[in-house]
Amino acid sequence: MDFLSYLINGLGLGSVYAIIALGYTMVYGIAKMLNFAHGDVIMIGAYVAFFALNSFGLPLPVAIILSIAVCTVLGVTVERLAYKPLRQASSLSVLITAIGVSYFLQNAAQLLWSSSTKVFPTIIPNGGISLGGLSISYLTLITIAVCIFVMICLTLFINRTRTGRAMRACSEDKGASTLMGINVNRIISITFAIGSGLAAIAAVLLCATYPSVYPTLGAMPGIKAFTAAVFGGIGSIPGAFLGGLLLGVIEIFAKAYISTQLSDAIVFAVLIIVLLIKPAGLLGRRIREKV
Amino acid sequence: MKKNGIGTLVSRKKRGRTVSFLIVITSYIIMQAMMSTGNLSSLFSGLLVPLCCYIVAAIGLNLNVGISGELNLGQAGFMSVGAFTAVSVSGYLASAVPNPVIRLIISIIAGVIAAALFGIVIGVPVLKLEGDYLAIVTLAFGQIIKSIVTNMYLGFDENGFQFSFVDNKTKLAPGGKMLLNGPMGATGTERISTFTMGAVLIILSLFIVYNLIFSRSGRAIMAARDNRIAAESVGIEISKVKMLAFVISASLAGAAGALYGLNYSTLVPAKFDFNTSILILVYVVLGGLGNMTGTIISTVILVLLPELLRSMQDYRMLIYAVVLIAIMLLTNNETVITKMKMIQKRFSSKTPGDRAAG
Repeated sequence: MDFLSYLINGLGLGSVYAIIALGYTMVYGIAKMLNFAHGDVIMIGAYVAFFALNSFGLPLPVAIILSIAVCTVLGVTVERLAYKPLRQASSLSVLITAIGVSYFLQNAAQLLWSSSTKVFPTIIPNGGISLGGLSISYLTLITIAVCIFVMICLTLFINRTRTGRAMRACSEDKGASTLMGINVNRIISITFAIGSGLAAIAAVLLCATYPSVYPTLGAMPGIKAFTAAVFGGIGSIPGAFLGGLLLGVIEIFAKAYISTQLSDAIVFAVLIIVLLIKPAGLLGRRIREKV
Repeated sequence: MKKNGIGTLVSRKKRGRTVSFLIVITSYIIMQAMMSTGNLSSLFSGLLVPLCCYIVAAIGLNLNVGISGELNLGQAGFMSVGAFTAVSVSGYLASAVPNPVIRLIISIIAGVIAAALFGIVIGVPVLKLEGDYLAIVTLAFGQIIKSIVTNMYLGFDENGFQFSFVDNKTKLAPGGKMLLNGPMGATGTERISTFTMGAVLIILSLFIVYNLIFSRSGRAIMAARDNRIAAESVGIEISKVKMLAFVISASLAGAAGALYGLNYSTLVPAKFDFNTSILILVYVVLGGLGNMTGTIISTVILVLLPELLRSMQDYRMLIYAVVLIAIMLLTNNETVITKMKMIQKRFSSKTPGDRAAG
């Protein structure tokens, strides 16, 4: 029974990672950049939700929508101001710019809201359902449900809509997409908008699990989700989903069965082993270089 | 001297080498003179040793990222290995080798060896991967090293060493000494690092890196960077030459870490986290990939910038971030690049011999 309950907790944590990893992987797939500021968008989303709930007393759905709206606008603005001028630049320049944006957001948050930790209100009632001795908290259930819902919506969007098809085309070949009449800049903006919106959802779920809000909140989940995205094969949406869930399960199992202090080391060691066996991640496509 | 083709390129690069050595030696003499006349604030003189450490680590990283072309996000991990090895060795030898300079040298060598060993062990799997995957694996190793060091307990007494992992199980006899104390790191370290040693390390690392670049192996490393397949087809063993750059880079980080660790009485493992790796990467990229002089200058500016902005108090890190983004946007802006080239052209047509580059 312990094993099952750890597994479900792992899936709950993994769902949060998966939602964040989707943002990383979509941006990587289309803009071919590692958006290191993604974790800090989560942090901003968490602060917005916190203030909406605590200071303005808004109901939860409104707070979530507000948080999604702010993050979406933030993501698109950052892309427009900082990343768009660097379309032709080397990937390292874009990486450093993303790091700059990350520093900027963290320090802006520290200035605006101070570095002290704020306690996030309880949004999902404690307790849960029990299935033959196995108890699952509402929080875990809701997190997993949200993740599956997001995944289904995103898959439908990518595969069934015109914009989704344009996104897939852009990730294959930007030049050819432009020739086919796709506005690549618009598609990149939409990608950042979706990724940042997902970050806001992840922020609320994350804060429901670990109820504290502080300026560097997004850093560690950001790195873990980035790892999850690479784990599953960066650029692949099902890969991010799978990578996120696996990462969560491995982390919880490592904590439960091996050592709490070493759980991070174990997670990263598993990542290295996976990449050595499958160098493009679990579901990534390996592109052969042609001479 | 006739200026054309590859000869110009090499001579320009070699001039870059002379310039970088001159910069280091001149600034060392100026700093020493200012210190002895008491013109240097205590804040600033306290920054000198860490500054040297960051420069050495950045030169090493530039070899890896700029010359070898592999993005490494775990340089701080190697610094951590170097630092804690050196601190332990220094602590152990405190009574056996009373002379601080000799002990410092022994400790740094130990740190370099430990970091090089880690470099070899990590390099084997890492260099099988390419591009962003390689970057993420170096990040992962950086995190693993941090986790491991955070959970290490090492002490010694008259019966020898005692080591334990995760939980502190060491039971030292009276008179024993803890060298590593888990998350608390190393405490009570004798501060034996000196600015002179920092300057010596910078010059040594420049010497090593420049000699490598201008050697046959260096050319092989750059060939492997520019076109992996073409380099392989002319018989260059890619994994071997990449490994060479990776291990030298790790060793330099180890030396930097050793000097850093012995400069503070307490050192926590969390000091060498992902942010430190990123910080060093920022120095390298801003200074220019493959450009050692640029790395030194950008490291000096970026280490001092937050201190110079101290009057802005809370806003300093915000301004730092804005400066970082602005530099990246400006250096990649078409109009700025053309303008700079025009200025450079006009300047060089007047004084053809004075173009410093490389």
